Amino acid sequence: MRNTTIPEEEYMLPGHVACLGCGAALAMRYALKALGKKTIVSVPACCWAVIPGVYPYRTLEVPLLYTAFEVTGAAISGIREALEVLGQDDVTVMGWAGDGGTADIGIQALSGAMEREHNVIYVMYDNEAYMNTGVQRSGATPFGAWTTTTPVGKLRIYKKERKKPVAEMMVAQGVPYVATANIAYPEDLIRKLRKAKEMKGPKFIHIYATCPTGWRVPPNKTIEIAKLAVQTRVFPLYEVENGVYKINVKPKERVPVRDYLRMQGRFRHLTEEEVELIQKMVDEEWEKLLLKEEMTNRVRKE
Amino acid sequence: MEFEFPTPLTTVPSTANKTGVWRTFRPVINYEKCIRCYICWKFCPEPAISFVPGDKYPAPSEAFLKRDAVEINYDYCKGCGICANECPKGAIDFVLERGDGQ
Amino acid sequence: MKTMITGNEAAAWGARLARVKVVSAYPITPQTKVVEKIAEFIANGEMDARYIRVESEHSAMAACISAENTGVRTFTATSAHGLALMHEMLMWAAYARLPIVMAVINRAMAPPWSIWADHQDSMAQRDTGWIQIYSESNQEELDAVLMLYKICEDKDVLLPAMTMMDAFILSHTMEPVDIPDQKLVDDFLPELDLPHRLDINRPAGHGSLIMPEGPVMEYRKAMADAFAGVRDKILKVEEEFREIFGREYGGLVEEYRTEDADAIAVVSSTIASTSKEVVDRMRERGLKVGLARVRYFRPFPHRELREIAKKTDMLGVIDRSYTFGYGGALYAETKGVLYGHSDIPVKNYIMGIGGRDVTPEILEKVFMDMLKIAKDGAVDTEVEWVGLIGDERWSA
Repeated sequence: MRNTTIPEEEYMLPGHVACLGCGAALAMRYALKALGKKTIVSVPACCWAVIPGVYPYRTLEVPLLYTAFEVTGAAISGIREALEVLGQDDVTVMGWAGDGGTADIGIQALSGAMEREHNVIYVMYDNEAYMNTGVQRSGATPFGAWTTTTPVGKLRIYKKERKKPVAEMMVAQGVPYVATANIAYPEDLIRKLRKAKEMKGPKFIHIYATCPTGWRVPPNKTIEIAKLAVQTRVFPLYEVENGVYKINVKPKERVPVRDYLRMQGRFRHLTEEEVELIQKMVDEEWEKLLLKEEMTNRVRKE
Repeated sequence: MEFEFPTPLTTVPSTANKTGVWRTFRPVINYEKCIRCYICWKFCPEPAISFVPGDKYPAPSEAFLKRDAVEINYDYCKGCGICANECPKGAIDFVLERGDGQ
Repeated sequence: MKTMITGNEAAAWGARLARVKVVSAYPITPQTKVVEKIAEFIANGEMDARYIRVESEHSAMAACISAENTGVRTFTATSAHGLALMHEMLMWAAYARLPIVMAVINRAMAPPWSIWADHQDSMAQRDTGWIQIYSESNQEELDAVLMLYKICEDKDVLLPAMTMMDAFILSHTMEPVDIPDQKLVDDFLPELDLPHRLDINRPAGHGSLIMPEGPVMEYRKAMADAFAGVRDKILKVEEEFREIFGREYGGLVEEYRTEDADAIAVVSSTIASTSKEVVDRMRERGLKVGLARVRYFRPFPHRELREIAKKTDMLGVIDRSYTFGYGGALYAETKGVLYGHSDIPVKNYIMGIGGRDVTPEILEKVFMDMLKIAKDGAVDTEVEWVGLIGDERWSA
């Protein structure tokens, strides 16, 4: 006898070549538990283009179409429309791209696919830099982070710009279901993907996926850090359905961002003042999110 | 060379690839402490933890034996240590691999 | 019964008659009427297809690739910068062995902006693994679309193809075109059956990472072998097409009055039509000139050109593009395949760049130049630009 909080079925096999403690591997494991066997996945250039292993190996129990870096949105559009022609409406189509492939090079194809309202799920699994190519800065790298192209150095050149808010961009575009999810909260993540599967039309899900290799943290800390990201409000868990916000986790106590930053080598160069600055940014964003929730729920009621 | 398809399709399950050889540290379940909450199973990124009948291993008390136990598959476990870090009972030891399979 | 339609409409009719299921396209002058016509067919219920109105040509090709990989027939159309933007995905389509058919309206590349006929756009894509055919008439354009699906979807081929027509000269010019009966097309063209389609009952990765010691080189070789077999498929499909529809085009290279010719012009697309008029006029005056119209540039018609070289004393290759390597692409490759097979002089004429008009008068001067070379047995200038402003030598 056993009771599990997430489905037992596995659609991702062991033997893949993700790094130790890979958050992106966990994210895929959960996503497919939610979507099941009747799913076609498309991945561009990203960690997940390598994780399944080299020819002739596969690690997914569903078809996987590899595609070019910038075209995930277009690729899933084409699969969806072809499936409709073939009468296979019951097959779920999921685009699965990293933060670089989504926030940067693939933003146009993503925006186009969402605007055309194809019945697809687009997941941005976010490890906050170009990890597959060796930790280069992406638009989704957070403020303050070291990467190999923002190497700090004597002139203290780290990422000086804020993280591109892709989920908010999708909300602004009117995507009917936008959600953030986190590998430390698999029950919530699976619920959101199941909801996305049931809903017709375009869906966008932003999954926080710890990268121990690129963040310079020990691999056993993957879940601990991911959980802290939510508790410190660095990465709030929320969903937006037809423009109405719902924050899924509202941490009771305010855990200082310092606890999150000081665990990670990529932030080790930050001074106390810079840590305070980031705390201010996080607090501001959280306040804004609370207001968005309040405002959009009020509009719906009225 | 003759091919079944015009492009290389990957059809061989990755289970043929025994990633256990990557391991430097080995998680070892201390079944006397394990309350069979399955958190380790939930957070394994391989996944390399599976369920086995409850009476296969000892348990903290008779009651726990009714619940299925978990087992680490060392063929695939890369030794990331998430299971040991997340275990609420500290029931997973994380020890240096000796290289002799022990 | 013949109908007056433009080249763009002919391409759209080709897609409609082929029962294309997914169209994914982005507008660009002078291609727009192709996709507008398809949109109209779909809106009127005359064509049962999904039209993905993508946000770029790059996405147009990407969506064609994924739809085709899912197992349905796809079509797109583009021109110049749109084609250049697709470049990465053109290779993807070919290496993924997807029989996509695309209409390309040949247009010059910028800067400066020029929307007129020029082959630089498609010639720059000659190494992407796509079959390339250059049409001379609107009828040929429509027929080419139908024949290409049959050629490309053959299990021994499984390669994409682009069919080219000159901007405005064909794309926007009406010609009488016989629009074939749908039933005849259905008999000619079976449904697509893609062996490596995405199938939820077959959990496989399509396009994974492969190591140098994996069969990556072997798959490329298999693709090269498939490409080498295209020539015979073209001839076979044209024969079938002729039997059903009563039209033929001469295979990879159409020969026109090449018998006992002292000089033969090697040309493609609409310059061929004008050249045919000039050949007729000159033949009337006893000047023995002929024409070899290269229809297929990929696969390159090496056997045909070697045979043609045996029939004459010189070849004059007219290119509507320039490689910035050595001369035009048609010239460079023609010379390449003749090496070791023929010693006759070959001269390259670069003409019609940026849509510059190629008139019968100027072509006659070219043919006269060719006859002189044939007589002298030697080429004066190997690559010559013809029709430049202020160049008295070639002005009419």
